[in-house]
Amino acid sequence: MNNEQNEFKKNPLGVQIDLSKFELATEEEKAQQEVMSESTTFFKDGMKKLMKNPLAVFSIIMLCIIILAAVVGPAVIPYEYSEMISVNGRRDKTAKNLAPFEWSKNEQKVIDGGEKLFPHILGTDEQCRDYLVRVLYGTRVSLFVGFFAALLVLIIGLLYGSISGYMGGRVDLIMMRIVDIIYSLPDTLMVILLSVVLKSTLAPAIEGTQLAKLGVNMISLFIVFGLLYWVGMARLIRGQILSIKENEYVLAAQATGAKSGWIIRKHIIPNCLSVIFISTALQIPSAIFTESFLSFIGLGVQAPMPSLGSLANAAREGMQSYPHKLVIPAIVICLLVLSFNLLGDGLRDAFDPKLRR
Amino acid sequence: MSSEYLVEVKDLKQYFPVSTGFMKKTWLKAVDGVSFAIKPGETLGLVGESGCGKTTVGRTLLRLYEPTGGEVLFNGEPVTDRNITQLRKGMQMVFQDPYSSLDPRMTVEDIIGEPLDVHKLYKTRAERRDKILHLMELVGLNAEHATRYAHEFSGGQRQRIGIARALAVDPKFIVCDEPVSALDVSIQAQVVNMFEDLQDKLGVAYLFIAHDLLIVRHISDRIAVMYLGKIVEIADADELNDHPQHPYTISLLSAVPIPDPKITRQRKRIVLEGDVPSPMNMPSGCAFRSRCRYATEKCAQECPKLEDRGNGHFVACWNK
Repeated sequence: MNNEQNEFKKNPLGVQIDLSKFELATEEEKAQQEVMSESTTFFKDGMKKLMKNPLAVFSIIMLCIIILAAVVGPAVIPYEYSEMISVNGRRDKTAKNLAPFEWSKNEQKVIDGGEKLFPHILGTDEQCRDYLVRVLYGTRVSLFVGFFAALLVLIIGLLYGSISGYMGGRVDLIMMRIVDIIYSLPDTLMVILLSVVLKSTLAPAIEGTQLAKLGVNMISLFIVFGLLYWVGMARLIRGQILSIKENEYVLAAQATGAKSGWIIRKHIIPNCLSVIFISTALQIPSAIFTESFLSFIGLGVQAPMPSLGSLANAAREGMQSYPHKLVIPAIVICLLVLSFNLLGDGLRDAFDPKLRR
Repeated sequence: MSSEYLVEVKDLKQYFPVSTGFMKKTWLKAVDGVSFAIKPGETLGLVGESGCGKTTVGRTLLRLYEPTGGEVLFNGEPVTDRNITQLRKGMQMVFQDPYSSLDPRMTVEDIIGEPLDVHKLYKTRAERRDKILHLMELVGLNAEHATRYAHEFSGGQRQRIGIARALAVDPKFIVCDEPVSALDVSIQAQVVNMFEDLQDKLGVAYLFIAHDLLIVRHISDRIAVMYLGKIVEIADADELNDHPQHPYTISLLSAVPIPDPKITRQRKRIVLEGDVPSPMNMPSGCAFRSRCRYATEKCAQECPKLEDRGNGHFVACWNK
């Protein structure tokens, strides 16, 4: 082969390629060509993308800080959310509306006497309660409401939507018309009406139980979430299942002889899982927001338990003298809602199969 | 009870309800009285233009749709809802779109192994893996591809995965629903040749659905031509190619490109006039009458039946 090439007379002006300049690829080089990109699972790939999104990483860090503070904070700070400041076992009436890091007169005396006290980092409120503990506790309540409302919405929406989507036909038609009707109800009005009605009927029923601590308003809030807010989730999941059902791999599974249960478990649920996670992540901030809003208009948690909304509401009266009391819970609400929304968006971008190349 | 044929389709009908306004329904006759039979190890090509019911025939045959009428016999045994799960081990399907027919959340190993899982065709994990690797080798995939996801493959490789899945239960009959029309021309040849190799090795029979006459002619023993839910002509591949008798078949064949400019310049292409009538509002009598140049009074009154014209050549046309 080589000889032939050398014998070939080369025209100096020709564009003929000199084959002697080329050499055969070695086995090693051939092997290099065959290496495919590293195999990744869907989840790993999505997480990698998520971690590349600066906003999503920021929101994850922010959420970790807020959740850690809300969980650990009240345990570290030696004050209770409902406890009025007392000095030497006696109530300290001078510890009213203190500014951040300020001591009351009585406390100052104790400190001058050589004792050490935990500072009021955000001051106190008009009932002599440590404000930081109340904000942290309020964050805890808001997070709790957010998670459980989202979970409630998820469970009801998932069941309803998947039945409607999988059955199709007339069942789907009737179920979706019910959803349309519920969708048209004004939710704020429903919350107000329900909490008024439930207050009279529910209050005696739950007296003395654990639920009483939560307060009637809170329970009616959950009931409203359970009754009204699942419709969006149900619609979303129905749509997902309808579109997944039409995919040929479902037909292929049927052709292999798979039963409905197998198809739902192996094909439909794994394929709509990411959408479910994302919309749940986006449901949490909306629930937190609703809770804060309802607490603000006085329909949320039972006093003395704080929530971010009720703290903001309480601070409204002294807004001119103590603006930080309104600003701080407002900022926490903003950060929570913003972080969850950004995280939800990041999750959607990272896990949406349509955005994958 | 056994017969000469592996699959026999008798007067298969598949109508879909279509709502045309409030509380009104008409029937879309996707497949209207189709009959044919396939011997073991034989390939029957099914051609026709888009929307003539080719895919529906394939799917109804496998009971992916409940047929409106007619009967399918597999190994001489009528296919019913009761025995279909068992019969699915003998009949499989390869789908048209290699992108949507593979679950994006499953590895290749799980996709190919799904029929094995469904029918519990293995005793140990090792046996399952061996079977899957054997199938992958059969369709020309490397063993290292087993843990990968479908989106990491090219169209041709994906179609190979789909074929391996169909072969997993060791079927005697495979419906190939336009298996190559979504692929690149260069890949089409590879996949079609693989179908032929597999037939030689495993002795499977194919119902090969396509709209590309060249490919069908290449792979099929016999060819059936469909027009608007009915078979208009069925004959041996060579016979159909050399002596087409139905006017629709003749015009189809005249449209097949020939890679020789001299011949192409000389031959006359028969261009059909008008569009395919809507299957919801079909012309009376022969469905092809509205576009047929030989149409007569008789064509409008009565629908011609498939009749034998010798050599196993069946034509549904009044004109001889």
